[in-house]
Amino acid sequence: MFELPKTSRRKFLQKIGYISVGFPLLGMVLGEQDPVMAARENFQGTLPGSLRGANRVNAWLQVLEDGRVMIFSGKVELGQGIRMAICQVAAEELDLELDQVEVHLAETGLTPDEGYTAGSGSVPNSAMSVRYAAATARQKLLELASLKLKTPVKDLIFYNGKVKTKNNNQSLNFAEILEGAQIDLEVTVPIPVKVKSGYRYVGKAIPRKDIEKMVRAEELYIQDLRFPGMLHARVLRPKGYQSKLVKLDESGLSSQVSGVIKTVIKSSFIGVITEREYQAVKAERYLKANSEWSTGTDFPDQNYIYTHIRSIADPPQTIRNEGNANAELNGNEVFKATYTKPYLKHGSIGPACAIAMFDGDILHIWSHSQGIYPMRRAIAAMLKMDEEKIHVIAVPGAGCFGHSTADDAAADAAILALAYPGKHIRVQWSRQDEHYWDPYGSAMIMELEASLDENGRIKAWKSEVWTDSHSMRPNNDPATLLDSRYLENPVELKDRGYLGGGHRNADPYYSIPNMQVNAHFFDGPLRVSSLRSLGSYTTIFSIESFMDELAEKAGKDPLEFRLAHLEDERAIAVIHKIREMCDSEFMKDGEGIGFAFSRYKNTAAYSAVAAKVWVEKASGAVVIKKLWSAVDVGEIINLDGITNQIEGGMIQAASWTLKEQVTFNQNGITSSDWASYPVFRFNEIPEVKVAMIDRPDLPAEGGGEVSMPPTGAAIANAVYHACGKRVYDLPITTEKIKSA
Amino acid sequence: MPKYRLHINGSEKVVDVEPDTPLLYVLRDQLELNGPKFGCGLSQCGSCMVLVDGVAVTSCIRPVASLGNSRVITLEGLVNENGKLHPVQEAFVKEQAAQCGYCLNGMVIAAVSLLNENPNPNEAEIKDALQVNLCRCGAHTRIISAIKRAAGNQ
Ligand code: FES
Ligand code: FES
Repeated sequence: MFELPKTSRRKFLQKIGYISVGFPLLGMVLGEQDPVMAARENFQGTLPGSLRGANRVNAWLQVLEDGRVMIFSGKVELGQGIRMAICQVAAEELDLELDQVEVHLAETGLTPDEGYTAGSGSVPNSAMSVRYAAATARQKLLELASLKLKTPVKDLIFYNGKVKTKNNNQSLNFAEILEGAQIDLEVTVPIPVKVKSGYRYVGKAIPRKDIEKMVRAEELYIQDLRFPGMLHARVLRPKGYQSKLVKLDESGLSSQVSGVIKTVIKSSFIGVITEREYQAVKAERYLKANSEWSTGTDFPDQNYIYTHIRSIADPPQTIRNEGNANAELNGNEVFKATYTKPYLKHGSIGPACAIAMFDGDILHIWSHSQGIYPMRRAIAAMLKMDEEKIHVIAVPGAGCFGHSTADDAAADAAILALAYPGKHIRVQWSRQDEHYWDPYGSAMIMELEASLDENGRIKAWKSEVWTDSHSMRPNNDPATLLDSRYLENPVELKDRGYLGGGHRNADPYYSIPNMQVNAHFFDGPLRVSSLRSLGSYTTIFSIESFMDELAEKAGKDPLEFRLAHLEDERAIAVIHKIREMCDSEFMKDGEGIGFAFSRYKNTAAYSAVAAKVWVEKASGAVVIKKLWSAVDVGEIINLDGITNQIEGGMIQAASWTLKEQVTFNQNGITSSDWASYPVFRFNEIPEVKVAMIDRPDLPAEGGGEVSMPPTGAAIANAVYHACGKRVYDLPITTEKIKSA
Repeated sequence: MPKYRLHINGSEKVVDVEPDTPLLYVLRDQLELNGPKFGCGLSQCGSCMVLVDGVAVTSCIRPVASLGNSRVITLEGLVNENGKLHPVQEAFVKEQAAQCGYCLNGMVIAAVSLLNENPNPNEAEIKDALQVNLCRCGAHTRIISAIKRAAGNQ
């Protein structure tokens, strides 16, 4: 059971104060062999962005009463294993055992404000901030211990949570060194960090601690939190995006459904609070049947969605322009292709959930949001409350893969908790609402044009990309939360959010002398926000499909063709690796193999993917037999953690590629559940193989998204090699293969 | 509200609920069990699975009134009285067969049910047995490895 944080844990920590003297524990230390202390080298580079926001050691690290260490990170656990990665990095720098480190993830007022847990940024930002804060702390602990023990630093051993003199006469644990204080010191370069060759944990496949908790069904997810007297609630969502409540007849509710405590109606927002959870389900059903809404959706015909998108797009903006692509393409033999991708769902297996409680002064919110501080700003703006009066605690939910509905559920719970103070109100979304109201990944179009020179190299290239925003994440604008649009004085979305994610990777990573990239932004009909890998899945699907087509025109092997356009040795290395991985793979009749490559964001991690598929000639049915990936994320923190992310990314992207699209008609969304929005099931799962190229001396990049973009194109290329048909319009379905 | 006598994880529980309440809500809301998860409420995803008389079934639409004398085992009930994990649970930890782990309950329950019936399933049989169970994180291949490992260790 969680306790209400009346005094914050941090204050408590700061108040601990006790004096102790380091008596040697002779019995224990005599038999122990002194560990060899790993060498250190000075880090002089640029500190991560998160450290610039919170630059004191004690913002990231505090020593507990028993001498163990508590790490604070503003990132949240999404199933990517960030808790373990942070624990490894801290234990490494402080020469601790893994269980001497506790990690406290995002909570307002307690952990640093690290914005959103997104964009494969948790390792480069949070884990690296922890590394530098921990290394700084180690240095300070040594200095302080040296004074206390009246022994020069060179005669001290720092290990296992203790600093001891080399002659073993005296030892102090961290709490004894600090005597209840914390290290309030700015983290600045140079920082003495451990040399990579001395690592015990970083780069290794360290098992996550939370998987055992999962199999034991311990309280772990937001859905599992229970508070004394907690009440349940559901929100009746409007009929469509623009619907307004016309009439609600709740007169029969209490006689039809037992346990109803309160119905909260604020303009077109309707919530119902009940004693038990299933009563809330029934109450929502009753209210739905007894409400009238104005029709509020005017979607275009899905069959013409791409025509519609083109018709509403802004004039193009040139994102990149090198050489003179237009002149080179004009009059020369030009190859062209157009690729399209539908709206896609996040499809979390656990629909959104949130709990809130207003204690008369502070509004406490438990949420699986990816960004608790930005969400707090949005909720404060929606409720016109002082931000400081809202306390948000991040609790894991099911994997969400971008900005999904967690923040909206938190807003629901916040509204209901204010309307019914003193009780914890738990809001659970239904599967249907999760499907209907998800901010989807935008539909996109990519038009490509290129010409080749006499040696079969690409001479000119043009990308035209059509995209909606790829992040409408909560921020100061309350309209980023669904409820704001249905309360009294509804707020309309002011800006279009993050457009840059839409043309992410639209400029090929290849050396091409003349290149132009133009982005056509549109404000599309469906609610959108960030979905894992943002625009890159579409841009790379297009570019890497097109690269195979160009290779064929040039009469080159697809991988050789790519290599001929790459200079970056890390890119070349992943391509060599992928070739080696599937070199001995034998293709039967109807089978084909396809490849694709990308460097995520053109600045982060590298991955090459290969797909082996079988296409049934008569029906056009595709079976993905195997997927391989060769990945370079720079320095690896947790080998098994990153491998897991790469495997999962390929499988999710394969499901997108063959099966997924949000469907709608003029009246609204029609993808209402897993039957109308099918995703991969077990019989569709291919074998997966991952090879990681470790580069311990290079910066650690996140790996959550890197395998997704090339997976789509690798499958499309494999389908082409298997049956000679190329599909340009995602998803690659049986019907499209047949009619291609 | 009527009272129901249920056999859950080896002990008898009396619950006071409306007859149409699905078993899942009784387990989570009344009996405060965390194992079975709400994922869809439509019997489409498997996250709510429990063993009813040894067979994996979804609990999200099964009315409590329909259980009769059936014996229900949840993820919690697979751990023995000394706290030792069931071989399938152990295998999931060994294979690190989860990302977010939200689907894991259903995966473990479906696997236990399969191995009760067929102690030595091949890959196709494993996939067939888990056909209801969705995993969005893409942990499937690890889940398959975990089930193979558990089968080998039984
Ligand atoms: S919650 Fe029961 S099958 Fe999805
Ligand atoms: S591990 Fe997240 S849904 Fe399976």
